[in-house]
Amino acid sequence: HLPSLRVQVLIRTIRTARTQAEEREMIQKECAAIRSSFREEDNTYRCRNVAKLLYMHMLGYPAHFGQLECLKLIASQKFTDKRIGYLGAMLLLDERQDVHLLMTNCIKNDLNHSTQYVQGLSLCTLGCMGSSEMCRDLAGEVEKLLKTSNSYLRKKAALCAVHVIRKVPELMEMFLPATKNLLSEKNHGVLHTSVVLLTEMCERSPDMLSHFRKLVPQLVRILKNLIMSGYSPEHDVSGISDPFLQVRILRLLRILGKGDDDSSEAMNDILAQVATNTETSKNVGNAILYETVLTIMDIKSESGLRVLAINILGRFLLNNDKNIRYVALTSLLKTVQTDHNAVQRHRSTIVDCLKDLDVSIKRRAMELSFALVNGNNIRGMMKELLYFLDSCDPDFKADCASGIFLAAEKYAPSKRWHIDTVMRVLTTAGSYVRDDSVPNLIQLITNSVEMHAYTVQRLYKALLDDISQQPLVQVASWCIGEYGDLLVSGQCEEEEPIQVSEDEVLDVLEGLLVSNLSTPVTRAYSLTAIMKLSTRFSSVNRIKKVVSIYGSSIDVELQQRAVEYNALFKKYDHMRPALLERMPIMEKTATNGPTDIAQTNGETDSTILDTKHLPSITHPARRCNYHICFCLAGIPPMTAYNKNGLKIEFTFERSNPSPNIAVITIHATNSTEADMTEFVFQAAVPKTFQLQLLSPSSNVVPALNQGSVTQVIRVLNPQKQQLRMRIKLTYTHKGSPVQDLAEVNNFPPQSWQ
Amino acid sequence: MQFMLLFSRQGKLRLQKWYVPLSDKEKKKITRELVQTVLARKPKMCSFLEWRDLKIVYKRYASLYFCCAIEDQDNELITLEIIHRYVELLDKYFGSVCELDIIFNFEKAYFILDEFLLGGEAQETSKKNVLKAIEQADLLQEVRALATA
Repeated sequence: HLPSLRVQVLIRTIRTARTQAEEREMIQKECAAIRSSFREEDNTYRCRNVAKLLYMHMLGYPAHFGQLECLKLIASQKFTDKRIGYLGAMLLLDERQDVHLLMTNCIKNDLNHSTQYVQGLSLCTLGCMGSSEMCRDLAGEVEKLLKTSNSYLRKKAALCAVHVIRKVPELMEMFLPATKNLLSEKNHGVLHTSVVLLTEMCERSPDMLSHFRKLVPQLVRILKNLIMSGYSPEHDVSGISDPFLQVRILRLLRILGKGDDDSSEAMNDILAQVATNTETSKNVGNAILYETVLTIMDIKSESGLRVLAINILGRFLLNNDKNIRYVALTSLLKTVQTDHNAVQRHRSTIVDCLKDLDVSIKRRAMELSFALVNGNNIRGMMKELLYFLDSCDPDFKADCASGIFLAAEKYAPSKRWHIDTVMRVLTTAGSYVRDDSVPNLIQLITNSVEMHAYTVQRLYKALLDDISQQPLVQVASWCIGEYGDLLVSGQCEEEEPIQVSEDEVLDVLEGLLVSNLSTPVTRAYSLTAIMKLSTRFSSVNRIKKVVSIYGSSIDVELQQRAVEYNALFKKYDHMRPALLERMPIMEKTATNGPTDIAQTNGETDSTILDTKHLPSITHPARRCNYHICFCLAGIPPMTAYNKNGLKIEFTFERSNPSPNIAVITIHATNSTEADMTEFVFQAAVPKTFQLQLLSPSSNVVPALNQGSVTQVIRVLNPQKQQLRMRIKLTYTHKGSPVQDLAEVNNFPPQSWQ
Repeated sequence: MQFMLLFSRQGKLRLQKWYVPLSDKEKKKITRELVQTVLARKPKMCSFLEWRDLKIVYKRYASLYFCCAIEDQDNELITLEIIHRYVELLDKYFGSVCELDIIFNFEKAYFILDEFLLGGEAQETSKKNVLKAIEQADLLQEVRALATA
């Protein structure tokens, strides 16, 4: 009776288990029996037991105690034993364990066995899992077999050589002589594996590549024969002769033709032939066409051939088979930079793919669409992309919105169109828009001076409809705060101006403050907006009331703002109009790379936030500007330290092109009656961060909150870890030195995420 | 090809062939994740997906999923043909193959695969030659002891 019968009985038994526990019990029992059998060195049943072990291993149970048994099986003279032994070795052993090296001698013997099926087993095992040491030891044997006339062994030796080269690249040279007449073989198995071997060698070594270029004519001939020859039953797949070989030859040609005029020319005709004559009704034909297209695009082909290739991809896009559409889009994405005009011709088909049901196809179509947008097609493309944004998966919305903003910024035909497009994105995908879009959009709106009235009107109307989408609400609040006067005076030219009163506007903004839908950041925006309106509206009393109410808000950020705005009303009312006047046109912030951490030049900051140039004292109201301006960054300020009359607040600016850098400004104020002199602020951060402290505005913190000391800290946080800081404060107060250490752990998540 | 996995609709592994060295733990993790990902795919989706830095090509035949991980330069469409060829070989060998054949004769499924692919690449493109080799090897199992080298 054959060993596998008993194995099958075990399999049947295990499958009757109704629970995991029952199965485990059966397995444990059987494993115990197998273990004792192994201990008894039973030769007869070793094979059967290892086979059973392999089954149990597949179910997920440990089988390492069978490793040595596999080696014993490999050394046996029974073919059944060797078959299972080698299979067991491939499944249970891996090169990390020294045990595998014990195989080496057996494999060496079997490579020279008189029975080719045994040689085949050892070649297969070596080529599948041979470690570098084994490969070094046995490379010579493999090389010998590469030269045999036995095609059954020769084809295996070729792939085994590929594995050896992958594990020990230095050994590649020794296989060179054996490759001499590999391509003269008639046997397709040998041809296929030879082409794979040649490909591996050419990919690894430029010298090999030059050496093998002379094979191009021979490869072309073989390919031609495959196409032209009649029906060959042995290699036919749906009317195509050995598609596997055709594809590998095309891939090798690609490597040989790349960057080489002569080789590219030599393969030009055959590529054109394959491209035009291959049957496209089945996947197999399309697989060949696909490889052909990749080759045409990579070598130095004539422009006619390139256009042919792109057109094939264009036809692929119309194929019913979604797999074909998928590879077409992937390939087009690769070539859109180099063959932009040719790809443009297929734009409408690509855009149609936005409506495909497959998620991967939609994503590629979206990426490709963005790559194809230009000044000429912006209006049409944007229509399609906005429609796509409306209906696409939530996973796509953020990327799509960002892509639309970018495209609009580059190619907007008019400011009005730009604002409308931005509005459309905010209203349809407002909650998916990335946080950094908010400051960018605010900048865009500020700089589109002639559109202010139109923009604020549209944003106001959008708020009336929906206050759930935070980025939209934030931009709208900001706008209303800036341009609320234009709103109530009905100055819109672009469309019918709406009639709205100051109270209605304030109702809306106050509604945002109380709504559960508003995040703390949004509330901060709306409170500041309300404050700004105090210099644009006449209902100042109402605004004063709101501001004073929030002076006792449980939200600390809101409270802080309200208290300061209150102070603005009470003590610094004469400065209020100047502080809250319209924002000037903003300079685009330059990119801050991680290397900038070494620079002390603060010019890259927007001028308003350039704290280094601020006067050091007598403008406590200046602090309000920081608070107004941090709204632009969207990160609320925090109190880092507050003890013995010394209060230190941190305000944040995010370096948006490089979100790994947080720029923090410290504001130190002193509520006691005496100045704090010789004030020094120091900070330390954990190892994964880097910190740079710029010079302070001064080292005297004036008494009674009459001014502040400011200082800029830059923190590089490449691992996006939670920001933590230890600070040390030293100063002299009423003649005595004071020193204190503190941990700052309450950084808002937006400052480091 | 880096690896091939065969699993049922319930996520039970029926065959695993690894062409890259990985620890048992890593193999289990990869298998678990990939099986989950593929089983979550809807019928209308295409046979390819990107997973980590690999391309995954999968196709369902009756109750079994055939799943291959290939590298960036490999041709997805021809990989589908490789999978199909393997199924044809199993079908010819077992005579109208079904999942139970592969469960009860898993070692045979491996032997056939190892005559078709070696180190992740096709070693023989003729169906006939693969089946012939398996047939001869099966016969050799009947022999008591092999002639020594």
